[in-house]
Amino acid sequence: MEPPPAAAPPAPSSSFLRRHAVAIGFLLPATIMLGVWIVYPTIYTIWRSFFGRNGGFVGIDNYKAIFTTHILVKAIENTAIWILVAPALVTAIGLVFAVLTERIRWAVAFKTVVFMPMAISLFATGVIWHVMYIKDPSQGAVNAGIGAVRSWFEAPGVLQSANPSTPTLTGSPQSGFVLRKPLAAGGTAELGLTAIPPDEVPAAAKQAVTPRSKEGAITGVVWRDFSPGGGTPGKVENGELGLPGVTVDLFDSSGKQVQTTTAADDGTFTFADVKGSGLRAGVDSSTFAAPYGGVSWLGPKLITPAIIISYIWVWAGFAMVVIGAGLAAISREVLEAARTDGATEWQVFRRITVPMLAPVLSVVFITMLINVLKVFDVIISIAPGSTQSDAAVIAVQMWRQSFGGSNNFGLGSAIAVFLFVLVVPVLLLNVRRFRREV
Amino acid sequence: MKRHPFALAAVLVVAALALAACGSSNKSSSGTTTSGGTSTTSGSTSVKGSINIVGVWTGAEQTHFQAVLKGFKKKFPNVKVSYRSTGDNTPTVLSTAVAGGNPPDLASVSQPGLVNDFQKKGALKTMDFARQTVLANYPPDIEKLGEIGGHLYGLIIKAANKSTVWYNVKAFNDAGVKPPTNWNDFLKAAKTLKASGIPAYSIGGADGWTLTDLFENIYLRQAGPQMYDKLSKHQIKWTDPSVKKALTTMGQVINDTSNIAGGTSGALQTDFPTSVQNVFAVKPKAAEVIEGDFVPGVLSKNPLKPVTGYNVYPFPAVGSSGPNVVEGGGDELMMFRDTPAIRALVKYLATGEAQTIWAKFGGYSAPAKTVPASAYPDEITRKTATAIGKAEVFRFDLSDLQPASFGGTVGQGEFKIFQDFLRSPSNVNGIAQSLESAAAKAYAAGK
Repeated sequence: MEPPPAAAPPAPSSSFLRRHAVAIGFLLPATIMLGVWIVYPTIYTIWRSFFGRNGGFVGIDNYKAIFTTHILVKAIENTAIWILVAPALVTAIGLVFAVLTERIRWAVAFKTVVFMPMAISLFATGVIWHVMYIKDPSQGAVNAGIGAVRSWFEAPGVLQSANPSTPTLTGSPQSGFVLRKPLAAGGTAELGLTAIPPDEVPAAAKQAVTPRSKEGAITGVVWRDFSPGGGTPGKVENGELGLPGVTVDLFDSSGKQVQTTTAADDGTFTFADVKGSGLRAGVDSSTFAAPYGGVSWLGPKLITPAIIISYIWVWAGFAMVVIGAGLAAISREVLEAARTDGATEWQVFRRITVPMLAPVLSVVFITMLINVLKVFDVIISIAPGSTQSDAAVIAVQMWRQSFGGSNNFGLGSAIAVFLFVLVVPVLLLNVRRFRREV
Repeated sequence: MKRHPFALAAVLVVAALALAACGSSNKSSSGTTTSGGTSTTSGSTSVKGSINIVGVWTGAEQTHFQAVLKGFKKKFPNVKVSYRSTGDNTPTVLSTAVAGGNPPDLASVSQPGLVNDFQKKGALKTMDFARQTVLANYPPDIEKLGEIGGHLYGLIIKAANKSTVWYNVKAFNDAGVKPPTNWNDFLKAAKTLKASGIPAYSIGGADGWTLTDLFENIYLRQAGPQMYDKLSKHQIKWTDPSVKKALTTMGQVINDTSNIAGGTSGALQTDFPTSVQNVFAVKPKAAEVIEGDFVPGVLSKNPLKPVTGYNVYPFPAVGSSGPNVVEGGGDELMMFRDTPAIRALVKYLATGEAQTIWAKFGGYSAPAKTVPASAYPDEITRKTATAIGKAEVFRFDLSDLQPASFGGTVGQGEFKIFQDFLRSPSNVNGIAQSLESAAAKAYAAGK
């Protein structure tokens, strides 16, 4: 295309359109784009928010619904938590990392590692963290780590868990089981346990044996009281194995532990030299070491903090790099002067570095604020279905009400307008800052 | 001087082109377009035209459906059929297409509520012309599911049997239990399984629909099909004694927390595929999982062999219910345009002949009773699929019949409330109350 003449020839009668043809020509594409993709959808969204699911006029009912529907109120609360916590933490952690990287060796390696998550899409980040947060320590890395640390402090047990086979035993694996019926010398104790997987029975186990009464002693058996189909609970049957290694206690009538022993391969045990009556036999709780169950990161209580942690993991690198650049621009002389004057490192950081970094910090903070208002993909991908509504923020509910099954475009539009109103103050703040900078 | 308007026009054209490009790329990015076959010139029949179908079937299912379309092509060589898969986005794609006045000719959806919605908006054409064909091939209960106000608007093309319980054969053998046929035996078997050292139930509580399915299976059997129909239309309240009774019965399963793999909080974070994996494993974490005929299909690698490793039994009878009760689902076909070619295809799809083609691939249950049992490739599919044709009572998944904001949205409505129920199974009254208020709200919002 030939370049149009630089200036329109003097023609006083030519219209406004003619005089500004070039300007209009250049502005038009952008205007059309803005009109089609921004202005029209915005107006239509506002219009649509006054209509119901099937297009009937409902007035401000959709807006009322935002503040009266439990899950939408929850979304507003969550958005507030995100706004209050995430930008501040990201900025703070970014600042700490930036200052640290100035003083450590291998700073480049450290920076690369911290910045790496920025290269992963947020949705992929969410999938990764979802898997890491799974409650079962055999699947979730976070709980596996906690479980590994815990296992250093806990003694292993013979069994993971068990239930009494009959009501003659009471208690739980945590407190131990004890027979209801008191015994005297010569008595027998049959401690039947169930809910033990066959592969958990110790390898040395042999067919269990019904104990024989012995004078001056209490004899007993502890065994896996289960045969296919259930068997007869409380009775030692053919094919039922003893539980070797199980710790068995004897308590006196006041509940004090008087003797303790372990069961033999056929599950039998003997308390010799028993005196008096009112004695109770039972299985000691040290027999059971329940495997670590894991923290419920994805449960309703921890889900939002858990997602925020993953979000910080992503954005800390960004904050670190931007703040690091600001830090490099600070004049060293001021810092040196402060140190020469006897300021401690903390004072230098608090009184010199942070104030001089303030413009950069506010850029990071506001950028994060805007990002946080838009947070969406990490929530969708981390929270399981059962806690989606506990984790949702306004942006998520906007999508869910419009497209996530209910197809209620009216309510979705109202939420969009509400979110827009929330963003306006941040936008104004940002615009003002830009003006100041220019 | 004359160049200015020209330049302006050029800019406009470029802008328009750019817009058009954006528009069209937007459209095609929502799914893959595939053609149902190449058009040939020869043809003995006079039916001509082209049909476009939008549907939920993707991947292998798409291939199988296209094989059915090929069968149609053989009979009607002058009709060009193209199928576009929109997967899980189908409701959104259709809603926008209908709102924009440009719906496809035919669409398959798995939410019957959508058929109602579109019928109310006047977007659908009736399929009454096919009624004779459908009645000749389908059990009457399944034909009726497609009726609205006495006219046929929906046609179930692919059925699902959700009244099945899948179990690990070794776990059942270790515990010495047999597949139970009634509720009491079912609970007794679960107790025995627990005593043998394995939790009985694997529950995919992170997906709320697994819980509503359990409730619906109980309710259909305990309260009977008439009450079920009433509840599905909200003609009785969710606080009805029959609902509370069914919730209490369901509580007998979910209140047995030590008998659920991972306990309550574990179950709430277990999604459906994981709940299947828990059972379909060499070292299973639970003995059985209560879900539909699609259970083995979710595993990319199944370590167990059918019949000897895993097996299936029908959902046990509750109370006085008969044995052949099936709660199910299905993908429903609806018609937006009426031409002879479309009529021919709808009639063809309703025949046992067409559905036999699909059945032979496996992973499919035909709604037509005229599909022979021998068409199914394996014993287990034969068992679950033929139960649909044999069913004395067949009812559609109840949550699918509800307004989507109540019965079909993650994190709210039924899904959410049943997850709350799993969390606190003794709160029957509170749960019934929440269900009722959520349902009332959803029905009122249908403006």
